[in-house]
Amino acid sequence: MAPILQLTGICKRFPGVVALDEVSLAADRGEVVALIGENGAGKSTLMKILGGVHQPDAGQIILAGSAVTIRSVADAVKHGIGFVHQELNNLDNLEIAANLFLGREPLWAGPLRLIDRRAMVEASRPHLERLGLKIDPRTPLRQLSLAQQQLVEIAKALSQNARILVLDEPTSSLTATETERLLATVTDLRGQGVSIIYISHRLGEIGRIADRVVALRDGRNAGELGRGQINHDNMVRLMIGRDLKSFYVPGVGQHHPARLRLQGLRTSAWPSQAVSFDAAGGEILTFAGLVGSGRSELAQAIFGVTPPLDGRISLDGKELTIRGSRDAINAGIYLAPEDRRKTGLVTSMTIRENVTLPGLRDHAPAGLIRRGRESETTDRQIAAMQIRAPSRESRVMNLSGGNQQKVVLGKWLALKPKVLIVDEPTRGIDVGAKAEIYRLLRALADTGVAVIVISSDMEEVLGISDRIAVMREGAIAGILDRSRFSEVAVMNLAFGKAPTNTAASAAATASN
Amino acid sequence: MKKELGIGVLLLLLCVAVAILNPKFLSATNLQNQARLIGIYGIFSIGLGIIIITGGIDLSVGSVFAFQGVLVAIALREWHFAWPIAVMGSIFVVMGLGLFHAVLITRLRLQPFIVTLCGLLMYRSIARSAAADETKGFADENFGPLRWLASGDLGPVPMQFIALLVVAAIMWVVLHRSVYGRYLYAVGRNEEASRYSGINTGMVIGGAYVLGMLLAGIAGIQLAFYTNSISPSGHGMSYELLGIAAAVLGGCSLRGGEGSIVGILLGTALLRVLQNLVILLGIPSSWNDFVMGAVILIGVTLDELLTNRVKRPKHPDAGPVSPSREPLPV
Ligand SMILES: Nc1ncnc2c1ncn2[C@@H]1O[C@H](COP(=O)(O)OP(=O)(O)OP(=O)(O)O)[C@@H](O)[C@H]1O
Ligand SMILES: [Mg+2]
Repeated sequence: MAPILQLTGICKRFPGVVALDEVSLAADRGEVVALIGENGAGKSTLMKILGGVHQPDAGQIILAGSAVTIRSVADAVKHGIGFVHQELNNLDNLEIAANLFLGREPLWAGPLRLIDRRAMVEASRPHLERLGLKIDPRTPLRQLSLAQQQLVEIAKALSQNARILVLDEPTSSLTATETERLLATVTDLRGQGVSIIYISHRLGEIGRIADRVVALRDGRNAGELGRGQINHDNMVRLMIGRDLKSFYVPGVGQHHPARLRLQGLRTSAWPSQAVSFDAAGGEILTFAGLVGSGRSELAQAIFGVTPPLDGRISLDGKELTIRGSRDAINAGIYLAPEDRRKTGLVTSMTIRENVTLPGLRDHAPAGLIRRGRESETTDRQIAAMQIRAPSRESRVMNLSGGNQQKVVLGKWLALKPKVLIVDEPTRGIDVGAKAEIYRLLRALADTGVAVIVISSDMEEVLGISDRIAVMREGAIAGILDRSRFSEVAVMNLAFGKAPTNTAASAAATASN
Repeated sequence: MKKELGIGVLLLLLCVAVAILNPKFLSATNLQNQARLIGIYGIFSIGLGIIIITGGIDLSVGSVFAFQGVLVAIALREWHFAWPIAVMGSIFVVMGLGLFHAVLITRLRLQPFIVTLCGLLMYRSIARSAAADETKGFADENFGPLRWLASGDLGPVPMQFIALLVVAAIMWVVLHRSVYGRYLYAVGRNEEASRYSGINTGMVIGGAYVLGMLLAGIAGIQLAFYTNSISPSGHGMSYELLGIAAAVLGGCSLRGGEGSIVGILLGTALLRVLQNLVILLGIPSSWNDFVMGAVILIGVTLDELLTNRVKRPKHPDAGPVSPSREPLPV
């Protein structure tokens, strides 16, 4: 029997890049195919071609043995292809049912074409139940957690009778328990005969659910792994073409005096909690904790984008007054925020314009910008960060996630930081780029910078840190030295009690 | 640059066509008068363009012209102020209105459309009541060199046009070469990311409204002397829309972050030539606004269809989305 899906010889170029060069991919009925590759390898582009978002320059799409042309998203839906993009594409001002049936609402009253809300709500229920969502379909979408919204997107794809479901990095912003739920759903769907193409940078997940792994490298097929061969090292080798040694670079272990000192800082997110800690030059201090425990808010307060309510911040013994990000930047305290697209970069601008934005005045004697100086700085950062882009004039929005993150780092490292705070530096980033970013952060610390990392990735937290500060409900629940590093220790502090069942299982999944 | 080239070619073709159909287009008087009007419109359109680049809008400009015109006329003819004081004073007052808008927009986070719409309603009303609904004017007084400065000629070239060249040159440097200009584009496209880069976004945006009013104030003096009599209920009526149209036709995007001085100048010139065309070709003046509307519509449609402008990807993958509302164990 022919495989349900066959992509052969797919080519796609964008101005300045060949995104896909003769790529092939096949999937059988009820098979979970993991699609892996470095940032910019072409995974999303390949799937967007299948989903009708992009048109291929060459190549064939064969569904259940017959070649088809997919000109639009509507075409793809008609062919039974469901696509859940990583960025949610739903309308959070509408209820769940309205989202599920957007564009194909059940109607009544003949020519008046009124929406039959009751039918829509009733028709929604089985789709939600199939995914284990016990929520009233009349609930407005914005009341759902991100994971639930993601599940609604999946329900929508399935309600269109998808035989092939594409999940593009579905777990990158899910909690550990939600990730579990999603993986269980994927397994269920496979049992029901749905074919799934699963894109992720979390190799642990892939090891658990994939029947087969297809790797892309630089827009070409780089090889496949069958069920028995799927393990971390094999996947890394396929993706980056070599082994990855020394993922985490240990610190040199020198003791430096405290550089950044916080005393009794209170943020508007947690006004009743006062936070105090020291960060030394030369160390990587990592903030762990549950999402919503106040880590990002603390970083934003130190950086001045949401100025602290009160408390004292001093740097190298000098007290600082921070009323806005300008004050922090002038002092040498920088923040690479967690949301690259919204707050880290102006994505419609070029790499050059982004890299020089915070330090633009240094490139502009008398207020007039010198292009030459900008280009010098940018080229230096492109080389230092190993940013892969057609040129320094490429728009940041056309770069892959990993390269975008390197632009964010490059923009701050161009300014000689004293304290660098990086919030979720490796979210959505491939293993190779991760290793490079860890190397960069460690090198930075070795030059005497106090590096503060906020991370929700347990493996990363335990791997890169010299000390771990765990936050709970806006306060620091405890700070661990390297000798006391363990997953259990971090989880206990994060939950503020001996791990319950949920905490224990969450801990188990977070380390996958 | 492609975009500017397109409008430039369109403008040129239009000029050639009008010149062939009615040679009067190239007569000295007509060219002079067109240059005069392009000067006035160009100056305040640049101001509007800058506000549009920040992602905002200013609807109050036309009413401000009426308000300022009445103010200057009264100051000169009734209060007998020295001309520099009357002129500078009125410009400062107008900039004060810009500052008022800026504070409401950047501090109280009101929407620019609403704030300046209220300005549109209020300022003309003030002008009418201050003038007791009578037409104010300058009769044939010269007020020292003021009349010449505002609406005279230097050789064959109208002062308004010279003023536009000066303003455009300065604003070109500001917008395309200065730190402030780069900040305008950054803030217009992504205010949050700009704030996270240490830019005082409130000052940048607020500054645009004040700058816009400075330019409106300069154009307002020229307009007052160009018409020479100011009837508060009609003076400057809907000029803001023409300015916005010129800026948009010239490539400014109402989404913010896009636009250029050259584009705005070409957009202004194109609109003026269109008005001129209606008159020179003997088209009934009732069709005047139709022609303009149609050309703007065609212009922006062609632009959208032909040039591959900056598209915001609808669903860029591989990036963090806003943080989850539920706790994520580390
Ligand atoms: N709309 C576009 N315009 C120009 N170039 C693009 C566009 N979309 C993608 N690219 C380029 O095509 C290549 C493949 O990108 P793609 O998004 O498919 O990578 P990916 O494998 O999904 O990476 P990631 O893991 O970061 O999501 C990259 O070099 C990217 O810069
Ligand atoms: Mg992708």
